[in-house]
Amino acid sequence: MQNPVTVASGTFGYGAEYARLIDLNQLGAVTVKGIRLNPVLGNPTPRTAETTSGMLNAIGLQGPGVDGFIKKYWPFLKSLKVPTIINIWGTTVEEYAEVARRFDALGGVGALELNVSCPNIKAGGAQFGTDCNLLAQVVAACRQVTTLPLITKMSPNVPNIGQLAKAAEDAGSDALAVTNSFPAMAIDIHTRKPKLANITGGLTGPAIKPIAIKLVWEAAKAVKIPIIGMGGIQNADDAIEFLMAGATAVAVGTANFYEPQTPLQVIDGIRNFMERKKISDVREITGSVQLPKK
Amino acid sequence: MLEQTVTIVANERDTDQYFRLVLRAPQIAPLIQPGQFAHVRILPLKDALLRRPFSIFQATADTFSILYKTVGKGTDALARMRAGDELSVIAPLGHGFTVPAAGGETPLLVAGGYGMAAMFLLAQRSPQKGIVFVGGRRRVDILCEKEFAAIGWEVRAATEDGSHGEKGLVTQPLQAEIRNFKSQISNFKLFACGPTPMLKAVGKLAEEYNLPAELSMDEHMCCGVGTCLTCVIPVKAGDSWEYQRTCTEGPVFDAREIVWEITK
Repeated sequence: MQNPVTVASGTFGYGAEYARLIDLNQLGAVTVKGIRLNPVLGNPTPRTAETTSGMLNAIGLQGPGVDGFIKKYWPFLKSLKVPTIINIWGTTVEEYAEVARRFDALGGVGALELNVSCPNIKAGGAQFGTDCNLLAQVVAACRQVTTLPLITKMSPNVPNIGQLAKAAEDAGSDALAVTNSFPAMAIDIHTRKPKLANITGGLTGPAIKPIAIKLVWEAAKAVKIPIIGMGGIQNADDAIEFLMAGATAVAVGTANFYEPQTPLQVIDGIRNFMERKKISDVREITGSVQLPKK
Repeated sequence: MLEQTVTIVANERDTDQYFRLVLRAPQIAPLIQPGQFAHVRILPLKDALLRRPFSIFQATADTFSILYKTVGKGTDALARMRAGDELSVIAPLGHGFTVPAAGGETPLLVAGGYGMAAMFLLAQRSPQKGIVFVGGRRRVDILCEKEFAAIGWEVRAATEDGSHGEKGLVTQPLQAEIRNFKSQISNFKLFACGPTPMLKAVGKLAEEYNLPAELSMDEHMCCGVGTCLTCVIPVKAGDSWEYQRTCTEGPVFDAREIVWEITK
């Protein structure tokens, strides 16, 4: 990656949608929406709801499947100068491995992000991200079939993220993405109905940032592999906070929906911060939070 | 499609809860096609982050305008903004109406409430004049009749309380017109924008009389550019259906393609 800034899976489509608004080649990497083996219809509507300083979503990982993705979106992504991170998921360990194998065979993929943390699907997703054994099985199965870098996208909905982070590292994950959305709910008080057709969804946006910072800090203490920090980043200050908590890179998520220039503003802002503070290598910021002496 | 910070030229009350917003946007304005929308970030809204989509009402060489109703905190905050204030806009967005060809079908436009605003550019740019049917709950919900009259279009209004035009729903005078001209019916094409029940009724009429119809769907939207998959509606695909995006494949869809009830 030419810089430590990517976008969060599910907030950037398949890249092409934003190509008319921002220069994708300035990003560290493009991360695409989650893909499983076959096409996915997705959840009924309403699928999102605005909340204070955030939003809920329960899209249900609508997507074209591996073949549809390769046919429709890969030619464009392949033409970019920056790597593509493909977010993959399945309902069984075998499906994760099969999708990983297919993308390994495709050639030219930057990395695979294992989505073991989507809160909005009935089978698959978060069930693999909240159990150390299942998580290790998914990572190990993918590790066996690909030499591509594996990024495990962690669920925030766990009592001890350090244990799961360690399980992913030990099973062969090259990096972690911390964190996915938080299970949440909103109700329309006039109709008394949930604001999402799925009843519950995942909370993202600035509202979750301090919780995500703590998860990155805890995960970073547990593992040696790099962490991509994410959760409510709106500007460079937010991104630097994630780096100081222990992240090596960051991803802009929900902010893409309302301000598509955010990833580029974050890149510029980190650069300015480094100049002002006379920091020559961005990696010096990683984990540089200064804790009070005991 | 461009993302720009634009300046408010005017933001004035039209009737009741309706406002007219004019924006100086010389690069965006010439790109606008009938039925497209603008995705607006209302900067004074601090804790409500998402952009709000609005149909584009009128366009000149260097401005475009929006006719909106105050329905929540976004539009309330917008209504408090003044000339000289700035908004962030992504526009023009979406797949709009097909402008009728000269000598082609007679366009019958059907609008409900502020859906009327989305029809104006279509009427203005259509070489073929037609009739616009507009419906609302009360007299104040019938918007921009004057603008349509000024470009030579006949306006037929219907209000639910009977305070203006025919009493009842807009589909009643529409259906009467179609019945009157049943012999020449193949010469009509319907275009509609308004609340979903109205669009559904127009879609059914089109089906019943075998008329082509384009419907502008009003769905809850988030990103506006096709990435988030919030604003999807079920659309026919082969012998089944799939979700398509109102912001990208729409907002205007061929009525025959829309699946009104999903059976699973």
